[in-house]
Amino acid sequence: MPKTLFEKVWDAHAVRRLADGQTQLLVGTHLIHEVTSPQAFGMMRDLGLGVAMPHRTFATVDHIVPTDQASEPYADPLADAMIKELRRNCSEFGITFFDRSTGKQGIVHIVGPEQGITQPGTTIACGDSHTSTHGAFGAIAFGIGTTQIRDIFATQTMALGKLRVRRIEVNGRLRPGVYAKDVILHIICSLGVNGGTGYAYEYAGEVFDRFSMEERMTVCNMSIEGGARAGYVNPDETTFSYLKGRPYSPKGAEWDAAVARWRAEASDPGCAYDDVVRIDAADIAPTVTWGINPGQGIPITGMVPDPAKAKGSDERASIEEALAYMKLKPGAPIKGTKIDVAFLGSCTNGRLSDFQEVARFIKGRRVAPGVKAIAVPGSQGVGLLCAELGIDKIFRDAGFEWRSAGCSMCLAMNPDKLVGDQICASSSNRNFKGRQGSPTGRTILMSPIMVAAAAVTGSVADAREVFGMRAN
Amino acid sequence: MALEKITRVAGRAVHVPGNDIDTDRIIPARYLKCITFDGLGEFLFHDVRKNADGSDKPHPLNEARHKGATILLSGANFGCGSSREHAPQALQKHGIRAVIAEGFAEIFFGNSITLGMPCVSASRDDILRIAAAVKADPDTEVAIDLATQQVSFAGQTVSASLRDSARDALLNGRWDPIGELLEGAADARKAASRLRYMAV
Repeated sequence: MPKTLFEKVWDAHAVRRLADGQTQLLVGTHLIHEVTSPQAFGMMRDLGLGVAMPHRTFATVDHIVPTDQASEPYADPLADAMIKELRRNCSEFGITFFDRSTGKQGIVHIVGPEQGITQPGTTIACGDSHTSTHGAFGAIAFGIGTTQIRDIFATQTMALGKLRVRRIEVNGRLRPGVYAKDVILHIICSLGVNGGTGYAYEYAGEVFDRFSMEERMTVCNMSIEGGARAGYVNPDETTFSYLKGRPYSPKGAEWDAAVARWRAEASDPGCAYDDVVRIDAADIAPTVTWGINPGQGIPITGMVPDPAKAKGSDERASIEEALAYMKLKPGAPIKGTKIDVAFLGSCTNGRLSDFQEVARFIKGRRVAPGVKAIAVPGSQGVGLLCAELGIDKIFRDAGFEWRSAGCSMCLAMNPDKLVGDQICASSSNRNFKGRQGSPTGRTILMSPIMVAAAAVTGSVADAREVFGMRAN
Repeated sequence: MALEKITRVAGRAVHVPGNDIDTDRIIPARYLKCITFDGLGEFLFHDVRKNADGSDKPHPLNEARHKGATILLSGANFGCGSSREHAPQALQKHGIRAVIAEGFAEIFFGNSITLGMPCVSASRDDILRIAAAVKADPDTEVAIDLATQQVSFAGQTVSASLRDSARDALLNGRWDPIGELLEGAADARKAASRLRYMAV
């Protein structure tokens, strides 16, 4: 019987059925970082257990690292304690740690693919909801809690109920100025922030066939913002050519065998899905959020919603709450909203192609007066490639601060934070209240190119107009 | 490992209304700078409960009449966003023993069950009825019966469900799966040996 990739990978990793009906699932690759792992190591010590398969866990440090300070101790003693704790834990339990001194450190969801650790047909878990990113390679990848990190340390397995699969097909061609970020924001706005609860999303169609791995990662990354714990793209030549030659990719004869295996992991023609959604690429506009969750978004040409026109009291209440927080006027165009900060980076949009694409357009332009603009490569590797290509210089010349790798202002567990009720044009993934470090700080999510347009004009802008983008 | 069989949670309740309450709201990221979960209860819902100067904002959890509440009532998609277990840990350390909401985000739900904190779903109307009873008398006892999947309060009974696997785990005292997972360790090694990428 034809099967989806999800079913094939699930079946290959299902160890046994547990008494409560869930599955004991083998987690082939376990990624950890400093924020959600220390308590799990503590539980292991309390239980007197060792890590079952230490060679299948990889660590990096990303959330708390200052992006403008390399030397330790860090100014924030709590952050300093956390990196040292991770170092101690990895050393004690025999886990590979991509520390800052290795040149391989970065955001966990950028490091895994970059090192070739993220591979098709695997299961990947990490104590971080954006683990869905790795699904871009045809892996089943999902975020977990700290107690489950303990479970994986102890057994390389966890208890999980099987997800249903929804195929989301995007066909046709994206219009100029429309990027992968717009695709996922559009999907979340269409299906809702909890529309994916209980599902894994299979992203497919002509747009995904043409997408690079980095674009696929941007989309899979935000699956969780639509409620889907996992999201994936079937592996193809694009996937294999990305992985070829990376440090942890199979080599020599092993490579050919791996590609043959990976090819067979893709969903079979004629397999059954629990649901199918079809989207016309031409319907997707450059999308920006106006509210306090990623589903509250509109095309850049749109107006801030008016609670008076809401469908029902529930929607009215949620619009009112969002507008009160965002201090936006109902019915006003979102375009022209003044910004204070522009942030380019994160596990959603902190990869080489994000900086490359923006560099094409900001060369010779200047960040508007009064705007603080920061560009933060997602990994030391991305930073190095940008330096080799002179991209960092283009950003600096334009008035951006060019930082070292980390999560930075996406969630502000480090010194990069909004102040007061500043508004940030952000390439990150969450616009929750207080997300960027100030309890009253405001976030407007958008694609990197739209962040650049906001940075150079000082307000939310249509990148197609600012940069003169035309139909190909 | 003998775990408590959680068949019933009863106590006073507090209503924190709203849909899509995310885990950043439940516990802001800056309070995740810690290497243990101890002390998180103090920062539960911090930014919507406290002003910058540390004084209280109006919030149900700040009201003296709701002090000691052990059941939280809320809206749809509770616990969305970050996978941080710090969120259910903060609730639990604050004294919350169960959550009744219209629905839950997946990762939050799983994290909560693993801590032995039932998350049950009820209809909006029923949640508002419970909330109204609690508002009228904050000492109202709200009791969640996991076996019958019913909530009783002030002489009324409404239904509240949770998925079978979670209900089974709570009722039978196997909500923390570590013991069972360890029993399957040999099978896990066998399964891993069939996967080329997991070779040492």
